[in-house]
Amino acid sequence: MTATRVDGRKNDELRPMQAKVGVIKNADGSAMFQMGRTTAYAAVYGPRDLYPKFKQDPERGILRCEYNMMPFSGHGERVRPGGGRRSKEISMVTTNALMPVINLEDVPNSVIDVFIEFPQTDAGTRCAGITAAAMALADAGVEMKGLVMALSVGILDDQIIVDINGTEDCELEATDVPMAYIPVLDKFSLLQIDGDLTREQLKKILELGRQKCLDIYEVQKNALKQKYAEKVKP
Amino acid sequence: MKTNPAKEHILKFLAKGIRFDGRKLLEYRNIKVETGFTECAEGSAKVTMGDTEILAGVKMGMETPYPDTADQGNLMVNAELRPMANPRFEQGPPGEEAIELARVIDRGIRESKAIDTKKLCVKKGEKAWGVIIDLVPLNAAGNLFDAGALAALVALKNAKFPKLKEDGTIDYTQSTNEKLPIQKEPIEVTVSKIGPYFIVDPTPDEEKLVEARLTVAITKDNKLCAVQKGGCEALSIEEIDTMVGIAQDKAKELRKLI
Repeated sequence: MTATRVDGRKNDELRPMQAKVGVIKNADGSAMFQMGRTTAYAAVYGPRDLYPKFKQDPERGILRCEYNMMPFSGHGERVRPGGGRRSKEISMVTTNALMPVINLEDVPNSVIDVFIEFPQTDAGTRCAGITAAAMALADAGVEMKGLVMALSVGILDDQIIVDINGTEDCELEATDVPMAYIPVLDKFSLLQIDGDLTREQLKKILELGRQKCLDIYEVQKNALKQKYAEKVKP
Repeated sequence: MKTNPAKEHILKFLAKGIRFDGRKLLEYRNIKVETGFTECAEGSAKVTMGDTEILAGVKMGMETPYPDTADQGNLMVNAELRPMANPRFEQGPPGEEAIELARVIDRGIRESKAIDTKKLCVKKGEKAWGVIIDLVPLNAAGNLFDAGALAALVALKNAKFPKLKEDGTIDYTQSTNEKLPIQKEPIEVTVSKIGPYFIVDPTPDEEKLVEARLTVAITKDNKLCAVQKGGCEALSIEEIDTMVGIAQDKAKELRKLI
């Protein structure tokens, strides 16, 4: 069976990626990551003092991520601003995905704010958001054990496919497994499943996802190097 | 009387006709206008003005017309000052800064009759196109009014209707080649006053020292269609007249960019 996908990709083919670091001047660190037609911007502010003061923890800092789709970024109708249950949950799992690489003990009483925004989307937003956020944190000079990157792998017609696009997700109802991977720890910090699959399939998906995440990792590293290479030019 | 060293300092500069970044008093920063940054909106534009970067996206939907304008479509401008764009911006519902920005840009478009809203009506009293322009700065570094108004106008100009199906719902996956019925193209120019001096396109540092500002929306035939006076100080007739004159001159410059 020749497995060609709706957009002509092979089953294990990622969409074209683009990454750029230092895209928002006001922020302490920032990055843009594009995967196909999903574009994520991430801005980091901090570590900065946390207010109200009673929320401060003298033992460790707080990481606070916020995921938001711009009103014109959805397919179909306008996305009403203000967020909802979906963006609350994604903000939370994004925070959890990034936590294992950050030494929050180093920044007591502080908060590191990560704002993630999307001007256009075509599925895989939480993954693109996490990938952008990790680069933005590195750009901000936050001490990290390593980078984090995320990817959605799924199943469509019994075939494992990587980097699900909007049509595969919504119209063809592929099983969707978003994951975030930390190469230096060889561990996953985000895992969700929407749809049905077997235990064996999940294992295969994780193995393939891990391998493909390393391709994203290269894009992240290159983007970071590019910014700082430009800085040291004589 | 309390003195403000920053203000005294800038006044010395302005008296010599220069600003901290080397610009002349009535000179804009570099402006770049790009279209189509998002495929999800029916129309979109990004305006870069110095360090300020602002996105405008146009979404169209099918709505019921308001009872008092049963034969017209609806138009709305909204601004989202997200905390990504400036450490000063906070999460939560729009504050007065975002609301003023959205309403001033809305008035320029609405009062100039930039869009022929009657042509947005599909069935009187029942169905009409609603056009919503959302403005989202990526980096807010001064003069969101002028940059935002320019982005909104360019986004409207390149917007195309999505396909209206026979059952009255919209197929957003198919775009038609039909453009919005645009009949006027309002440009907004904000003239700011610091001491006795007038400047355009203030940086954030300058904005903190602005005593009064006048945002003027101007159409191609040089008519004013909306004005907003901001800032805490009052203005004389002569000052207002001078500021309007500056705005008219500058609007001609900005119009060349679209």
